[in-house]
Amino acid sequence: MITILRLTLLEALRWRTLWALVALTLAIVVLSGLGFEYLVSQARAHHTKELQLQVGVSQMLIFCAFMFSFILAATAAFIGAPAIAGDVESGVLLAMLARPLGRGRFVVGRWLGLAIVVSTYGAVAGLLEIAAMRLASGYGPPDPLGAVGGLVGQAVVVLGVTLLLSSRLPAIASGAVAIVLFGLAWGVGVLGGVGTALGVDSLGAAGSVARLVFPSDGLWRAAIFSLEPPVVIAAIAGNRSLRVLEANPFFAATGPSSLYLAWCLAWAIGILGLTIVSFRRRDL
Amino acid sequence: MLAMTTPAAAPPPPGPGGPAIETHELVKRFGRTVALAGLSMRVERGEVFGFLGPNGAGKTTAVKLFLGLTPSTAGEGRLLGAPLGDREARRRVGYLPELFRYQPWLRAREVLGLHCALAGIPRPDRPEEIRTALDHVGLADRADDLVGTFSKGMQQRLGLGAALLGRPELVLLDEPTSALDPLGRADVRRIIREARERGTTVFLNSHLLSEVELVCDRVAVIDAGRVVAAGTLGELLGEDSVRIRVTGLDGEARAALAGFGPLTDDGDWLAIRPIGADRIPELVAAIVAAGGRVHAVEPGRASLEERFLGLMSQARPR
Repeated sequence: MITILRLTLLEALRWRTLWALVALTLAIVVLSGLGFEYLVSQARAHHTKELQLQVGVSQMLIFCAFMFSFILAATAAFIGAPAIAGDVESGVLLAMLARPLGRGRFVVGRWLGLAIVVSTYGAVAGLLEIAAMRLASGYGPPDPLGAVGGLVGQAVVVLGVTLLLSSRLPAIASGAVAIVLFGLAWGVGVLGGVGTALGVDSLGAAGSVARLVFPSDGLWRAAIFSLEPPVVIAAIAGNRSLRVLEANPFFAATGPSSLYLAWCLAWAIGILGLTIVSFRRRDL
Repeated sequence: MLAMTTPAAAPPPPGPGGPAIETHELVKRFGRTVALAGLSMRVERGEVFGFLGPNGAGKTTAVKLFLGLTPSTAGEGRLLGAPLGDREARRRVGYLPELFRYQPWLRAREVLGLHCALAGIPRPDRPEEIRTALDHVGLADRADDLVGTFSKGMQQRLGLGAALLGRPELVLLDEPTSALDPLGRADVRRIIREARERGTTVFLNSHLLSEVELVCDRVAVIDAGRVVAAGTLGELLGEDSVRIRVTGLDGEARAALAGFGPLTDDGDWLAIRPIGADRIPELVAAIVAAGGRVHAVEPGRASLEERFLGLMSQARPR
């Protein structure tokens, strides 16, 4: 398993596309930091209140996180899709699995290696963006690690599903289906929020179910909650009249419960187990 | 015309620890398609075993079943004394797949290092193993090049090197010369013979009948997932014979040659069938000693290709 983990990390390090993505991300961090600095200085020049500024900056940060979450999910699908299917299609795996290497160890090694790559990229890029925002505006989100954790968790969810699909489907189909599932989960989550805001319980329940079946949207909500100013959270707490804010896909009234986070962990382990079972049964 | 082929060495006696490969009524179905319809065969340790069959006969599927890359639908088998697919047994096996591909972003040396690690070769032994393998397959000067820059033939050489790492007890070679030029094919024959001398069992799956004829001790021919013929090359190809064009030999001397075997006298041409290939030089010497002049010697035996085509036409009557 360690051999496959190291092989996967080496593969990622030699992947030019990944380095290009890192360079682009760094450019975006620098440019967005400059943009924030300009906007905040303009707002202060117009005597905008500090609270308004905090809310505005946090919403812009959440919007950035939203775009970054798609990039991260797409990256997870992009690197996860060929991790099993590509090696099967090319024949690389025939010589490897003829060695005393169990398929379960291969899958876990692949999963761990890619999860490290995605998590490292997501954590470094996310924290850099938050740092750039803080430097430019003076506003720092209350729980930057929680925010980055939510985004990375979301990407690991997509990675796990992509690998599961990759154990059976061709690489391109695995990546495409995983991205569609990610988009669907987000869409149903938004509809669930609208349902809750409008008091349509069945629609609200659909959102909750979607967050259990495919927990990327639940983790996205966790990331949002970690980026919101505490003053906003405090104002909303216990105020049922502000329930309409649930319809905003860039807003979360509550953070994730420990039980939900435990479910996400169990879900990821379960999907990994399914991937192992699925791949073990595959004819090579 | 002088056209002597070197007969393969006699097959070794069954080695200790049972056969290298043994299967009994092995069946593999992919949906409605039957790839193997009851494969029963035995490969002794230390021999070079040729596995022949037309496209779609089930050769590659059989190899995958031996290694546990694909589970069987029914039947049973053992590889190096362990059930098919056993992980510990696979530690003692080298395999060159028909579809040979290696990570294009790794260097040749790194690919071999990866396979050393996967095969469980102790870390201190790996540099020497890698160097020997690279030398063996003629890639020493490309050791630090990316595999992605290799030709198909070079990748196949690399795969052969990977299969031989750690001196495995059994090497399964699936079409090992499909991408090689004549020089490369000669190298593969040399490597197979060297492996045999070290006591390694070689299972050679090949379409190239002439190559199988040159290096294999025993052969099995399969069609539609079943063994239709198996045995040593001698058993499979039948008796040796010889035709000699000779002049200057009187009737008495000609009749004396019958001591070598049943003689057919056809004027300038004499034919003896059967006769052991090792007795042909003795026969020629006897003719010369009796005053005859030898113009041509044509050892005869059905080629493996003729035998193979014959078997296929029997199995698939038109």
